[in-house]
Order: sequence, then C-alpha cells, then structure tokens
Amino acid sequence: MPALLRVERLSKRFGGLRAVQDVSFEVQEGEILALIGPNGAGKTTTFHLITGFHRADSGRVLFGDSDLVGLRPSAVCLKGVCRTFQVARPFGDMTVLENVMTGAFSRRPRRAAAASRAREVLGLVGLEGKIDVLARDLTTIDQRRLEVARALSTDPRLVLLDETMAGLNQAEADVAVALVRRLREEGLTVVIVEHVMRAIMAIADRIVVLDHGQKIAEGLPREVVDDPEVVRAYLGSSYRHAS
Amino acid sequence: MTPTVVIQAVINGLLIGGIYGLVSIGVSLIFGVVKFVNFAHGEFLMVAMFATFWMWQLLGLDPYVSLFISVPLMFLFGACVQQVLFRRVIGGSDLPQIFLTFALGILLANLALLFFRADVRTVRTPYTDATINIANEIFISWPRLIAFLVALALSGALFTFLTRTDIGQAMRAAAQDRDTAMLVGIDPDRVYRVAVGLASALAAAAGTLLMPFFVVHPYVGAQFGLIAFVVVIVGTLGDIRGALLGGLLLGVVESLGIQFVGADSGRILVFLILLLTLILRPSGLFGGRGART
Repeated sequence: MPALLRVERLSKRFGGLRAVQDVSFEVQEGEILALIGPNGAGKTTTFHLITGFHRADSGRVLFGDSDLVGLRPSAVCLKGVCRTFQVARPFGDMTVLENVMTGAFSRRPRRAAAASRAREVLGLVGLEGKIDVLARDLTTIDQRRLEVARALSTDPRLVLLDETMAGLNQAEADVAVALVRRLREEGLTVVIVEHVMRAIMAIADRIVVLDHGQKIAEGLPREVVDDPEVVRAYLGSSYRHAS
Repeated sequence: MTPTVVIQAVINGLLIGGIYGLVSIGVSLIFGVVKFVNFAHGEFLMVAMFATFWMWQLLGLDPYVSLFISVPLMFLFGACVQQVLFRRVIGGSDLPQIFLTFALGILLANLALLFFRADVRTVRTPYTDATINIANEIFISWPRLIAFLVALALSGALFTFLTRTDIGQAMRAAAQDRDTAMLVGIDPDRVYRVAVGLASALAAAAGTLLMPFFVVHPYVGAQFGLIAFVVVIVGTLGDIRGALLGGLLLGVVESLGIQFVGADSGRILVFLILLLTLILRPSGLFGGRGART
C-alpha cells in the first residue's frame, strides 16, 4: 500500500544552521508516527516544511499524489493536512465555537453546516460544554483541545500534533493520549512531536528520531528506545533504568 | 444660545457623523485586518465623489442611482490596489507602508487636479434643499438624513457580514492571527483583498451620499481623511463599532464647535478631543486593545 505521506530527502538551512538535513520518512494511512529528539533537532522545522510555513531548500513532501513543497499553509490545509502549534494559538477574541467554525468554513461555506461540524469535533475533544466561552479564557489543556478541534474541523486526512502534551500534568496527559487514539479511530493519520516518552510509548506505532536535523533512528517504539544511538543523543542512559 | 440652536447643531452633527463613521470604518477595517493605516483613504472618497459628479454631469445619473455603480467599482479599485500595491509592503516595517499609502493619496489628489482642475463642483438635485420641519425652527435636510440612514445601514450590514459569514469570520481570524488563519485553510491574500475592497466600497458610498449636499474638489479627501484618522484614534483603531460611534461623536463635536466657536475654527474642538484621548485613553474609548471587531 502506498504511504499517505512520503517525506523525501527534505533539507532546510537557516544561514549556517542546517535545521533539517536529508530527512526521509513515510507515514502509512491510519498510523500514529512519533517524531522525537532533543530540542533543536528539527522536529518543529519539519512540521513547518510539511505544512508550508517554511519552504524546503530541497527534497519533496508527497501527500497522496501531490508535492506539498511550495504550497502555502492555506493550500496545504485544503489538501487535507492540518497541524497544531507548539504553543496553542486560539483566536482569543472569538468564542470556542467560532474558533472551530473558522476551520469548518474551509470546506463548508454555509454557516449552519460549519456550526454543526464544529459542534461535532468539539464533542470529540470534550469541549462541548464550553462552546460559548471566549477562547482566551480557557485553561491550557482546554486551549490544546480547542487547537486540536480547530484542526479537525478542516476535515484533514493527516494531523500533525506539535507537543500537544507539553505542560500537562499526568492526568491531563492521559486524557490527551486517549484523544489521539480517538483520532485514529476516526480514521485519521497522526504524526506527533512529543517529549513525554510515556505518552509516546503508549500511542506511537512507529518512532522517527531526529538529532541535529538528521534522522538517526526509525522503528518500533521498543526498538528505538533500546537503540544505543538514541540513548546517547536523546533519552540518556537513565531512561532505560527508569522505564 | 437657545435650546433650538443646540438641538439643530446636534442633529446636523449626528447626520454628518454617520458619513464620518462610514469613512472611519474603512480605515479601521484595513488597520484591523491588513495591519496598516491607509493614508490615501480620504482620496478614495474623493475619487468616488468625482465619479458621482461626472456620472451626474455627463450621464444625468442621480447620486442615489450611481451609488450602485460607484460602490462596486470602488470595491474593485480597492481590491486591485491591495493586490498590486499594498501587498508588497504587508508585514514589513511601518515606514514603507506610510510612504506608500501617503504617496498614493498625493498621486490621486494630483491626478484629480490635473484632469479636473481645482474647481469646486457639486451635484444639484431637486431634493438638495429639501428639508423636513420636525419642530418649531428645527429642520432636517433630506439628503443629509438619507446619507445618515444609509451609512447606518451599511455599517450594520458590514457588522453582520463580519460576524455571520464565512469570509467575515475568515477576516476576523486573519486579523487576530495570520499564521493560524492560514493553518485552517484561509488564504490571507484573499482576505486582504476583500478587506481593502470593502473599505474602499464604504468610502465610495460615503462620497456618493455626500454629493447632493457637499462639494468636491481635488483636495476634499484630506478634509475627510483627517477627520477619519481622529475618529479611529478616539474610537480605538481596529474597532468597527468604535469607528461608527466615534464618527457620530466627532460629528456632533464639530457641529457644536462650528456653532459656538466659529465656522472657521469649529474643528478646534475635534482636535481637543483627540488630544484629550491621547492623554487620557491612548488606546481609544472602546477598550484596551486594537484590531478587534
């Protein structure tokens, strides 16, 4: 089966810094792929390159039959790839429902249809009780939920989640893990950037490890955490003892 | 000073204030969505006024008929200006934006001077001097009343558009966070074209509605542009309701100034309000933050 997303030899430099170098990976339909690595490894930059916020210097991002490189973020979204930001960025002066409707409008110009889709995804993320709250008044976890709901409202086939669990406590992170699983049950494909290894191990089908802009490992979660290179670059030797 | 004089001045002020509001909403809309001040906005109004004048002079079209031509034409004009000129300076520093819009205003005013000369012109209609006598000694001018009512209706229509339609919602989203808007499939260039187009269309409506009772000349834009900039500062830059209410407020203030300070120095009060606002509430009367609808 051909992969849903094929990233091929993607590279991006910022001045002298090689933020992403020759990174290639594939994401299968229905899969949850985790992208991990130390800070500055190029995870978020990879997301930026896939979704058009940065333009790749070289390489391709094949989504289905189309190359996403060179498309604007709005066009990438309409192709069916949506992402969240590392720091939640709700439209603060809009209500929760309005926030999600901005996304739903991308495929439904009619207000009633957009509102009904928005309510649907708000139910999915567990925000149905707060639809009339102004987005800036939400708690951190609810802002993350909103961010995910807004992404989902655009009817993506592939969702890129950027550190959705950062700053959440244990119980909140468990809720987030359950939510990501729900996304897969809804038929979505997920690429997730995350530092919370416990969550990664719980949900990822496969892991790609980046370090200094390069892919240093790829494989099943258990294989990756035992990879000496990954332990050296990212997890540290204490990880194996702790888990 | 009799109460009648005061009431008459307030009424006249409110009526012209609706037009000020309409022009200011355009400035505020562009600032809120595209994030810069269009210093050529008064000249956009002037272009529409001349268009209305010539359609009356050459084709015999009544201003209330040519409204349906000038408004869509200026929408296209604004969208083109955005696409061809403004787009190049979006997101950069303030200076190129100021120079570009200011230069565009000077260019438009001087083109008008070149083609139409410095003559003062107006449209004479059968209803130009028509008034309603609402009470003893208190009169309302028909064309001013119509201008006021249409201005209010258009402001309401814009507000509805922004809150009730997909493009309106996209505009508010892009105004609040351009990147996130792109994330949910909103093309910011399209949103900007619509925003500048709408702002220009409102200026066109204001210009056309003015023609039955006002004069046009190449520099008339500066007169309205200046008031609009005061209005948007007083009414909080980027706030649509603030722009309308600010327009009404300053219309009344100006009218009272003309009545009680003097016809040639009535605007002293307007600028006094500006100074007081800047000293006491620099973010305007309607809240602490800019760029809201």
